[in-house]
Amino acid sequence: MPVRPNYKWMMPFEYLEHTADVKFRAYGHCPEEMLSNAAAALFKAMVDPAAINITEFWNVELEAQDLEQLAYQWLSEIVFLFETESAVFASFTVGLKQNANGTWRLEGKIGGERIDLKRHAFENEVKAVTLHQFQITKNDLWCIQVILDV
Amino acid sequence: MVDIIKISDNIFEVPIGYRPGMRVPGRIFVSQELREMVEPGTIDQVANVATLPGIVKYSMAMPDAHLGYGFPIGGVAAFREEGGVISPGGVGFDINCGVRLLRSDIEAKSVQPLINTLISALFEAVPSGLGATGRLHATDQQLTEAFMAGSRWAVEEGYGFEADLAHCEENGHMAGADPSQVSVKARKRGRPQLGTLGSGNHFLEIQRVEEIFDEDVARKFGLFKGQTTIMIHCGSRGAGHQICTDHLEVLARAVRKYNIDIPDKQLACAPLGSPEARNYFGGMVCAANYAWANRHIIAHWTREVFERYFPGSNLDLVYDVAHNVAKIEEHDVDGRREQLYVHRKGATRAFGPSRREVPDAYRNVGQPVLIPGSMGTPSYVLCGNDQALDLTFGSACHGAGRVMSRSQATRMFAGKDVKAALNKYGIVVKATSPGMLAEEAPQVYKPSGDVVNVVHSLGIATKVAKLVPLGVSKG
Repeated sequence: MPVRPNYKWMMPFEYLEHTADVKFRAYGHCPEEMLSNAAAALFKAMVDPAAINITEFWNVELEAQDLEQLAYQWLSEIVFLFETESAVFASFTVGLKQNANGTWRLEGKIGGERIDLKRHAFENEVKAVTLHQFQITKNDLWCIQVILDV
Repeated sequence: MVDIIKISDNIFEVPIGYRPGMRVPGRIFVSQELREMVEPGTIDQVANVATLPGIVKYSMAMPDAHLGYGFPIGGVAAFREEGGVISPGGVGFDINCGVRLLRSDIEAKSVQPLINTLISALFEAVPSGLGATGRLHATDQQLTEAFMAGSRWAVEEGYGFEADLAHCEENGHMAGADPSQVSVKARKRGRPQLGTLGSGNHFLEIQRVEEIFDEDVARKFGLFKGQTTIMIHCGSRGAGHQICTDHLEVLARAVRKYNIDIPDKQLACAPLGSPEARNYFGGMVCAANYAWANRHIIAHWTREVFERYFPGSNLDLVYDVAHNVAKIEEHDVDGRREQLYVHRKGATRAFGPSRREVPDAYRNVGQPVLIPGSMGTPSYVLCGNDQALDLTFGSACHGAGRVMSRSQATRMFAGKDVKAALNKYGIVVKATSPGMLAEEAPQVYKPSGDVVNVVHSLGIATKVAKLVPLGVSKG
């Protein structure tokens, strides 16, 4: 695909200082990209993505009243899958659709592998996604701010 | 900008007007030195809580106050049944994270030579760390019973003794559990993890009673100098996290439905008496009971390990406290007895002798208040005072409180150095992940003694004993 002239370089996400927990902002040229980067930021807070091989995929389907709620569900779903599937993830593809009644639908495909503690050195264990200062903004780029309970 | 006001030596007030919409002032219980360590964000969080409907007296923060989400860590707030709210932001994700203290008849000097063996055996016996699943393999039916009956269920299953129950806050099982409020997801996370320690700041520690501050009360609690004690710090694991996550989403919608203006989405709440509030409370109690069952099972396996090396060691339960929970309690407000929903988020109940909730064995002195140190720093046992009822709804701090972010800690310390430094002091540490060890380095916490001294000086709870670690098993 040719690069569009207004498609500026951006950092996918950045971590901010927080005394007890992990805080990050993830960006995107579209909400799909923002949600994909947010998932990557969440996971990188736990394990170095370079250590993760993508050998399996998990599909996720979610629906919510608004984009913020959907984002909360999406990130919480990743924590749920990590724990119940004992898996680590390094690729996140997000498809979004807004229904006629205004509700949002997400179809996600998550790639990764089962946890192998010999190769996956954990720096944190994300317990949950908080709603503290949780927000989505759109200026030049889409931006989501998240604080994780670790 | 309105500034916070020093009321007395250990009390600072966040005045109404510090931020718009405050219904009551805030109270932060810290010394001048600890005041310097309180981040501006923490004060904002105290002020935010003060805006919630039906809040009584003050939005409070204990001496270990630090930045949390929703409520600050160390936050205490009580709400009237009439016009008040309940909020998961005042409980946290790790519902009924708590501390249990076991005492032995063994002198620490007999334990010391075996410390490596004991810690390794405990590390084996109590699954911990990431992806750890229990030795228990609970069925779905057993899980439901754990949600309903907590420690009582554990005892019926053969974990621990009947006599343990009286020495747990709420007798180890809180009334009001509603398993229909626990989602399939929460069950899926909770079932394999029943009987696991978890990771992060959770630990299982063998300790020595280093100092006794109050001989009489120490005798009542069965503590003596040089004694071996065991401390267990953990909570409701994935079950609690998921129950909070699920209900937080519901309550985020409820604030719109009931037109409640909240300054932070994590303070999502619902009016007491509404179906959303009832449902959250029913789910929260399930998680609280799960946590008590969990600590009961872990204590049982700890007893088995000690029995192997010290037959007849009789590890009696001193007490078990919850430091992340919302409870219905009676308190005096402006001379009237009222039923309140007291939220303690990183705060420990500290009831004095006048409260019927205090077990019979401790009724004439007050409940044991268990304050865990961070890895490598002392823990404290205090005794609840009636004076705390008026000051803090009978609440004390819950630990030392962080001063450094996890990422900063990881940059500054390496896990293996932390371990080596602790070994130098004779403290044995066994952990599943060295990365996480760095985050819990002793230097990332406020000095636990300073925090406890404020609680003592205010008369919230009085110091009884200081416990130092001999060995730690961590997730």
